[in-house]
Amino acid sequence: MEILVCVRRVPDTSENEIQLNSAGNDIERDDLVYSVNEWDNYAVEEAIQIVDRVGGNVTVATVGGEDDEEILRREMAMGAKHGVLISDEAFNGSDGRGYATILAAFVKKGKYDLVLTGVQAEAGEAQVGGMMAAMLDYPFASLVNSIEVLDGKLKVSREIEGGNKEMNEIDLPCVLSIQTGINEPRYVGIRGIRQVASVEIPSYGASDLGLDASVIGEAAAKVKRVDYFVPAMTKGAEMLQGDREEIAGKVVDLIKAKGGLK
Amino acid sequence: MFSIIPLLGIACFAYIIAKRIAPLLRSAPDFRLDQLWVRLTRSLKFWLGQWKQPRYLVAGVLHIIIFVGFLVLSVRSVSLVALGVSERFVMPGFSGEAGSFYNVVKDYAATLVFLCVVIAAIRRVVFKPARYAVPARYGKDHTAEAVFVLALIAILMASESLFEASSAAFATVQGQTAASLAPLSIAWASKNVLLSFPRPLLQQLHLGAYLIHELTFFTFLCFLPLGKHFHVITSLFNVYFAKLQRGTVKPVKWGVADEHLDQVKSFGVKKFEDFTWKHMLDFYSCADCGRCSDQCPANAVGRPLSPRFITIKAREYGFRHYPLFGNSKASEPLIGGIYSEDEIWSCTTCGACEEECPILMEYVDKIVDLRRGMIDDGNVPQSLQKPLKSLESRGNPYGKLEKKKAEWTKAKEFQQTCNVKVLDGKNSAETLYFVDSITSYDDRMQAIGRATARILSDAGEDFGILGAAEKDSGHEVRRFGEEMLFQSLRDHNQDAIKASGVRRIVSADPHACNALKNDYKDVPPVEHISQVIARSVKTGKIKLKQSENENAVYTYHDPCYLGRHNQIYDEPRAVLDAIPGLKRVEMSRSKDRSFCCGGGGLMLFYEPKEDQRMGVLRVKMAAEAGANAIVTACPFCMANMEDAIKVAGFEEKMTVIDLAELVDKHIVRESSNAM
Repeated sequence: MEILVCVRRVPDTSENEIQLNSAGNDIERDDLVYSVNEWDNYAVEEAIQIVDRVGGNVTVATVGGEDDEEILRREMAMGAKHGVLISDEAFNGSDGRGYATILAAFVKKGKYDLVLTGVQAEAGEAQVGGMMAAMLDYPFASLVNSIEVLDGKLKVSREIEGGNKEMNEIDLPCVLSIQTGINEPRYVGIRGIRQVASVEIPSYGASDLGLDASVIGEAAAKVKRVDYFVPAMTKGAEMLQGDREEIAGKVVDLIKAKGGLK
Repeated sequence: MFSIIPLLGIACFAYIIAKRIAPLLRSAPDFRLDQLWVRLTRSLKFWLGQWKQPRYLVAGVLHIIIFVGFLVLSVRSVSLVALGVSERFVMPGFSGEAGSFYNVVKDYAATLVFLCVVIAAIRRVVFKPARYAVPARYGKDHTAEAVFVLALIAILMASESLFEASSAAFATVQGQTAASLAPLSIAWASKNVLLSFPRPLLQQLHLGAYLIHELTFFTFLCFLPLGKHFHVITSLFNVYFAKLQRGTVKPVKWGVADEHLDQVKSFGVKKFEDFTWKHMLDFYSCADCGRCSDQCPANAVGRPLSPRFITIKAREYGFRHYPLFGNSKASEPLIGGIYSEDEIWSCTTCGACEEECPILMEYVDKIVDLRRGMIDDGNVPQSLQKPLKSLESRGNPYGKLEKKKAEWTKAKEFQQTCNVKVLDGKNSAETLYFVDSITSYDDRMQAIGRATARILSDAGEDFGILGAAEKDSGHEVRRFGEEMLFQSLRDHNQDAIKASGVRRIVSADPHACNALKNDYKDVPPVEHISQVIARSVKTGKIKLKQSENENAVYTYHDPCYLGRHNQIYDEPRAVLDAIPGLKRVEMSRSKDRSFCCGGGGLMLFYEPKEDQRMGVLRVKMAAEAGANAIVTACPFCMANMEDAIKVAGFEEKMTVIDLAELVDKHIVRESSNAM
């Protein structure tokens, strides 16, 4: 099975102290460290496990710049055979629909039986997977937390309200958005990345994908970011003050008061 | 016929040994031919001197007697074989007086060995010391094999004595001068009984005893390499080739320099043949005495790890895959086969097992090698992946910002009295205080950092820290098997230390000390703060006042990487005893038998399967010793003990304090003099 996984490089929320910049139009990016979007990492692991079971290849692709090669190599070190960088200045400022257009164009150029994305990106809107599927006229399932390969189709389970599972059969080719917890992604260290350091990563631009400037980039974006702000504290939210011990004590008292602990 | 038994026996033995050597020839390299003199003296101490044996007194003394008896009787056994070929054979050097003296000694040796073997069998069968038990998940009980071998030894002793006794009795009955037997020995007693026997029977007994002795001897010899009694042969080699450098971890592959590691296809131990020949020799040499697991804290709290069975399972695997008859079998992955992932992650590398092993087997290196194999396959618990990733991107396991590394020095009250220099090129200093991650970033441990800085400044040290340029020492990164990440952290720190121009290094974190001392290359000499304090107290640079808390009874908990791995036991105790009026008691498990608090570094992130926490057991040990305050000298011990006190519900009866904090409270300072 030929599987494409769309991945994205994001600021690692567990390792950064995210703050707004002074202009208030973006986050402070000076001290950020980046990693592959957590959901995407599960999607790549799932793709590798499927290929281990039924054969085939995994390709990882990202829309971005040179800096984003780092995450492609990391995913290749995990076991993805090919990495592709989709990069063009014309892509800058695209909205979710723009990214879906770019990725859909890339999917059409290859022969993929299955396209995976993460459910959402840490800084994203969880919209690219579904839009891309629509543009490709592929069936789509979101929040997938298990995949079984059948003949010409997949049996997937989706996470639904209350932790319940819903089982579906879906025809191939299709697009799935992968939920965390579907597997346990393998570890990739410096050594793994070094081993794929010299593998060539091809780059595709707008013209390679036959994309017209009118459907991508800032000019084509129909959703625009207007503002960035830290929500004002409102009633009902109580910020606990004090050192770690005191805060922990207060939390326990609160839970007790609400009947959560006896 | 008397030549056939030894010939057959020796041929059979040689064949078995050749089969046993087969896997060693396919093993990984291990360089152990250096330091001949050190190795010889250690062999004298640990093998001939049986140095570790009395740590378990009853079993140890029994073993020493049997061991010495074997050494004495080995001469006799060889000459008995030779006697079968030539009746007039005399072992060179054993004629005349020396021979008579030897005969007395060996009669007693045989008698004592016989008695010890009987006692050992009774212990094994009736008293059943707990450490010999085999939990169901590790297979069947080992008592049968043990008793069988004890029986063989008893038969050897009895038949040898009977051989002597029947001959002496025959001569006496004949009216000839008989060889004098050592009074009260088994041979002597047997002879007195045999005097009433008819002569032909005595002749038959003499011959029968000889045959039984020879048959038993060669059966015993050939049985040794089939199980735990292989140690009778291999222990000398095992001790001679034992690891010499404490606190270190073996390289990924002996003979491959760090810069060429990229060319090594597979890291660590994934299959049996990835072990080094010495590690296989360890497996062969294990006597199944159970001391390692008896001391192992992971085993004590019900983690799925028992060092004894790390060895036994590998030995059984080796025997199975390299059978005595037929070809060797294809190797299978060890993880998921004989070992489980949790088993290998459960080890805190505290070194208690290695400290205890009478024949100096290694465990930490094997565990690290198995972890290297798992890391190489990407097989790492999710709980460890985040901190490893943060160590790679941020240089600390918490993912905290590098620029906040020195924030602990900026606490208001502290900064007013103690200004800590950051050695960033503008400032220089004689001494580097290497703080390491937990002390830099953890709210609680920062207090240890500040106490350490105040002590250094009181001791008149010209010191500074690296601040943002200091990355995690990587001590646990290496011991968790992530060698390449460790090397990148090490290389960074080595460069930063070099650039700072310092001439010595001090740390309050034993893990950092151990890394700098034993894992890093070309860095200035490293000391733990307890050593600095001990010296400063001695020279009078630091004066300590009356113990603040009169009701406190302190006990010192030896951190594994300060104590066992670096042999620093006395300085911290000397420092405590230098505080006038301080009451101190010892826990029964202290110094080289200290009980790990639960492990440091990445172990704080790992979620082990266990019945209880090591820290809880340790806190209870402190209470049993009559203490109400634990002093430790390691931030990880602090973290584990503080948690344990809460988990055990000991908040009212136990506190824990770091040695540096305690000293900091008791230093006589001018400002306090003025008050």
